[in-house]
Amino acid sequence: MGRIQLKQVKKSFGDVTVIPPLDLTIEDGEFTVFVGPSGCGKSTLLRLIAGLEDTSDGVIEIDGKDATSLPPAKRSLAMVFQSYALYPHMTVRKNIAFPMKMAGVDKAEQDRRIEAAAKALNLADYLDRRPGQLSGGQRQRVAIGRAIVREPAAFLFDEPLSNLDAALRVGMRMEISELHKKLDTTMIYVTHDQVEAMTMADKIVVLQAGVIEQVGSPLELYRTPRNKFVAGFIGSPKMNFLEGPEAAKHDAHTIGIRPEHVEVSTTEGLWQGKVGVAEHLGSDTFIHVHGVPGCDPMTVRVGGEIPVHHGDTIFLNPNLEHLHRFDAEGLRIQ
Amino acid sequence: MATQHSRSAARLMMAPAVFLLLVWMLVPLSMTLWFSFRKYLPLRGGDLGWAGFDNYVRFVTSSSFWPSVMTTLIIVGGVLVVTVMFGVLLAILLDQPMWGQGVVRILVIAPFFVMPTVSALVWKNMFMDPTNGLFAHLWRFFGAEPISWLSEASLPSLVMIVSWQWLPFATLILLTAIQSLDSEQLEAAEMDGASPLSRFFYIILPHLSRAITIVVLIQTIFLLSIFAEIFVTTSGAFGTKTLTYLIFQRVLESQNVGLGSAGGVYAIILANIVALFLMRIVGKNLDA
Ligand SMILES: Nc1ncnc2c1ncn2[C@@H]1O[C@H](COP(=O)(O)OP(=O)(O)O)[C@@H](O)[C@H]1O
Ligand SMILES: [Mg+2]
Repeated sequence: MGRIQLKQVKKSFGDVTVIPPLDLTIEDGEFTVFVGPSGCGKSTLLRLIAGLEDTSDGVIEIDGKDATSLPPAKRSLAMVFQSYALYPHMTVRKNIAFPMKMAGVDKAEQDRRIEAAAKALNLADYLDRRPGQLSGGQRQRVAIGRAIVREPAAFLFDEPLSNLDAALRVGMRMEISELHKKLDTTMIYVTHDQVEAMTMADKIVVLQAGVIEQVGSPLELYRTPRNKFVAGFIGSPKMNFLEGPEAAKHDAHTIGIRPEHVEVSTTEGLWQGKVGVAEHLGSDTFIHVHGVPGCDPMTVRVGGEIPVHHGDTIFLNPNLEHLHRFDAEGLRIQ
Repeated sequence: MATQHSRSAARLMMAPAVFLLLVWMLVPLSMTLWFSFRKYLPLRGGDLGWAGFDNYVRFVTSSSFWPSVMTTLIIVGGVLVVTVMFGVLLAILLDQPMWGQGVVRILVIAPFFVMPTVSALVWKNMFMDPTNGLFAHLWRFFGAEPISWLSEASLPSLVMIVSWQWLPFATLILLTAIQSLDSEQLEAAEMDGASPLSRFFYIILPHLSRAITIVVLIQTIFLLSIFAEIFVTTSGAFGTKTLTYLIFQRVLESQNVGLGSAGGVYAIILANIVALFLMRIVGKNLDA
């Protein structure tokens, strides 16, 4: 069981309010991702849930019980830190055994859980090494192993992949997702990377300056962002925003169109512009088009090869079905 | 330093420094060795010729020798235990955020700047004096008979004085070590259910092991040769005669340079034995 509910939770450091009163429910077994730009209070929120910071106001309930003033160890939550926070003078086995030792689990049971975790995480060959002798990915696995053996009600991850190289990151992303499927335990995962959020989450919580901008499934956020911030934050490359007369034609202050929802033509189209930088990814090419009224540059996606060069004039046709409209406050117009 | 040429150039350029160091070390050492085999009494005839191993035998068979070795080891060991224990506690205390941190830190470090002679005099006259010392007043306040510290509890008193001087050094090194501890490790341990005491023994103390090793090694070097504190307080009476002090007495009070030099050679041997034991016990903490 791991249902976590935040009711009017607030956090200030001195005079600075980092998280204004906030409500959030995380259902049992859900993979929830907190995503937002750096410094928006994601870690603080996670640490409030973990009990590593005191709330300034409000109530945190875990499985329906008030946990606001419980110490971290009593919340049956396990956390994986950004720096992994392994104990450098202990072997991998001792690291993983540490929480069980503290909880007074008997030796045989400890060994059984260590074996199981080591097998699940491919750590069996490294159990007698120290963290200093492991690669980044292996350390990450040890940190996860140390969390698993506690059999917690929920896992908390704070940017666990940000210290890994790109290839390893994709691999670990998969492993964590698989782990979630296998354990079926609540997981809260903090990241500033919207790709991680989109690929892993059941539910994404988009934060900005401590305020929840939107909560929803990845596709909900992609298809119906509640405001301009979410629209710009979710999706890669970013959504293009147009203001001025073009937006007025659609009765909006701002309109948004994603790069993948614009068709490119060399002969005719709604908007006209000059080709700037082209980013070739192989499967796709992203072209930055200059001179589109109200949006400079506009990014568009074309599949594979297209016979245009820097400086060429091209025409753009937005797919109006996928047009997003926002009012002057940046809120979505239905 | 790869080619033949650059290697020999390097050797050539290092030669003067190496030579100077060798002379620096070897001249006093060989002079000590030389005198230890001579019968040399500066006020009673000067150099009276070859003495063989007489000096060595006399020094070791003197009734003061083994007690002085024991005294040396007790003082060194006692001060090490006191400074490391209180050093760790003080370092943890000073690491806590508190009001007036800067001033408190300077106050804690202050004793290190007081010269040994001065601090020993202060302790002897202001604290430990059996009639007028602060301790005597304190004892009388509680209705107890004042202790004459330096005669009745001479070794503990000396350990106390020397520890007071060396505590700042230990605290300072241990404090910097504690400050380098990743706070996420402590938080992880907290989430893993470790009580404050477990966090201390499982996380903080192992993290400090290297710093403690350095404190122990450096202090040992200096503590083996403490002199001023003994000279000023007890002049070697009441069982406070260390090996260093014994050598001093042989050379200056008995005016026997040969005997003192033999003692000096024993002191070198003792220091090396201690160093060997220390490296065996704590040296592995220095490996990365
Ligand atoms: N202990 C603290 N004292 C004061 N301010 C803090 C503290 N921890 C975090 N903050 C502030 O709170 C804000 C949110 O920080 P954080 O939660 O770490 O952001 P994120 O994890 O989203 O990058 C930042 O502006 C940061 O400066
Ligand atoms: Mg953070």
